[in-house]
Amino acid sequence: MDTLHSRLGPLRRSGRHGGDALFKGLTAAFAVLIIALLADMAFEMARTSRLSLAHFGWQFIRSTNWDPVRDQFGALPFIYGTVVSSLLALVLAVPISLGASIWLSEFAPGWLKTPIAFLIELLAAVPSVVYGLWGIFVLCPLLRNVVEPLLGKMFGSLPLFQGARQGFGMLAGGIILAIMITPTITSVSREVMKAVPNVLREGSFALGATRAEVVRMAVLPFARSGLVGAVILGLGRALGETMAITMVIGNRSEISASLFSPSYTMASVIANEFTEATGDLYLAALAEIGLLLFAVTVALNIVARLLVWRVARSPV
Amino acid sequence: MKTGPATATNGQPTRPTRGLEELDASSRDLTLHNGARASVPVPEGKEAKISTEDLRVYFGKTRVLHGVNLAVVKGAVTAIIGPSGCGKSTYLRCLNRMHEITPGARVEGRILLDDQDIHGSWIDPVLVRRRVGMVFQKPNPFPTMSIRENVLAGITLNGLRATDTDGVVERRLRQVALWDEVKDNLGRSGSSLSGGQQQRLCIARALALEPEVLLMDEPCSALDPIATARVEELIHELKESYTIVIVTHNMQQAGRVADYTAFFYMGELVEFDRTDVIFTQPKESRTEDYITGRFG
Repeated sequence: MDTLHSRLGPLRRSGRHGGDALFKGLTAAFAVLIIALLADMAFEMARTSRLSLAHFGWQFIRSTNWDPVRDQFGALPFIYGTVVSSLLALVLAVPISLGASIWLSEFAPGWLKTPIAFLIELLAAVPSVVYGLWGIFVLCPLLRNVVEPLLGKMFGSLPLFQGARQGFGMLAGGIILAIMITPTITSVSREVMKAVPNVLREGSFALGATRAEVVRMAVLPFARSGLVGAVILGLGRALGETMAITMVIGNRSEISASLFSPSYTMASVIANEFTEATGDLYLAALAEIGLLLFAVTVALNIVARLLVWRVARSPV
Repeated sequence: MKTGPATATNGQPTRPTRGLEELDASSRDLTLHNGARASVPVPEGKEAKISTEDLRVYFGKTRVLHGVNLAVVKGAVTAIIGPSGCGKSTYLRCLNRMHEITPGARVEGRILLDDQDIHGSWIDPVLVRRRVGMVFQKPNPFPTMSIRENVLAGITLNGLRATDTDGVVERRLRQVALWDEVKDNLGRSGSSLSGGQQQRLCIARALALEPEVLLMDEPCSALDPIATARVEELIHELKESYTIVIVTHNMQQAGRVADYTAFFYMGELVEFDRTDVIFTQPKESRTEDYITGRFG
């Protein structure tokens, strides 16, 4: 009788499994390739910066003197510029992002959620040079003519808001970064809040909570570590952002308390000076800045991912 | 029963709710949305804590409850049984306006809590939910709060000044027979407890607000038989001081805990009567088919 079994023949392993092994090996190789690429990047950057590491030691991150002509390289102004512009971006972006994501996940009518979430993610897809151009043509003139005079008039006694008002500077850099990281923080926060079990919301409602109280007592506490993760992801993006901030921050390697003064970031100095870097020590110094930036962003991203995962996988 | 030949808007005749003929002493007469006459039967000598009159619930354009006239007897346990999708949970959630958090849900008809229509636009749902507490199918203690904070959550939330919070915590945890198991670990997370303990914690949390009515939506369906027995025991004790409505899939459970039972089928209240009557001499063949396991 011609049953399916008789046609399949004896239960012997056939050659088809060879393809299986090949496929598995191939995909594994691609996965390893990505990790190898990352490791190689770290290694090469460390190797290229060897000269500078040996020559300056810790002095490299303590000195404010960046003088390529005399082969003096101190990265502190760039570190300062990167850290302060990123923190400024967080101060501006976090309240907006959290507010937007709370509205999207808890208050927005169902038919509005998807289109708005889509638009916000679209904002993240705009090339950074476009943000930079908008910064040059719209943001900086606006800051120079309206915002900075106003801040100077209202809070001029604070060192933060003193000095020449040029538009291009730390404030412009921070605002541009804030605009660029808002979509990231918003969409990750929204995902995290969506992962909050509905039974917790219902439990709060049943105790007589208003919608705002449900957010405060059920949603935010549960989502807290994921929200921290979202913020750190945004921070990681702000630290590494190059093009847009280079176009508006003014690119001057000095440390000033004023948000109106020009500044310089680690990413910007690499982008601006790499092509002109003559001399091995100059190159090595730029590579060392790259290494620093790389280490900080990788570490931050790992921490952020761990926090987001913790929320997404936690029981209840 | 003075039920007239009612006709639902979808053209199908609405069957009058059967049962309670002999108990029907103080029924409330009412006119349905389609002009028909009906009544909400209240057992003799009893008082209605909540009564729904011609309650119709829509999700979007779909009507899921087709005019339910039912009185919840004060100081008694009323079980709502019926197959999945019959609208029993929906009915329960209307009783403290929890249906409102479902987008697109809409209610017509009246729901009277002590003769006050709780669905009036001038009524604050938040205050309704303080008087009508709820326990859910899945135990849902707040995982970021300790056991103590969970018990006090409603009090803190509503800004009620409890002079003696320790006393409140102890009294409520004793009330749900959880005190001896957790008294040394009140600072532990609520989610560190077992499923049955979590459910009793949730009941304590609801009781801390001193509600008049307690709604329980299949409170034991996620629990093992021992934890279920403890919750049922608790229900017995609570009915002294509270009016309880329990939705259950488990007919034995309804038989064990409830004084009155309502059988829902396809969005209608088919029969309402004393529990022993429902289970021994149901008047409707659909009720009989369901309780004997012929469908559902």
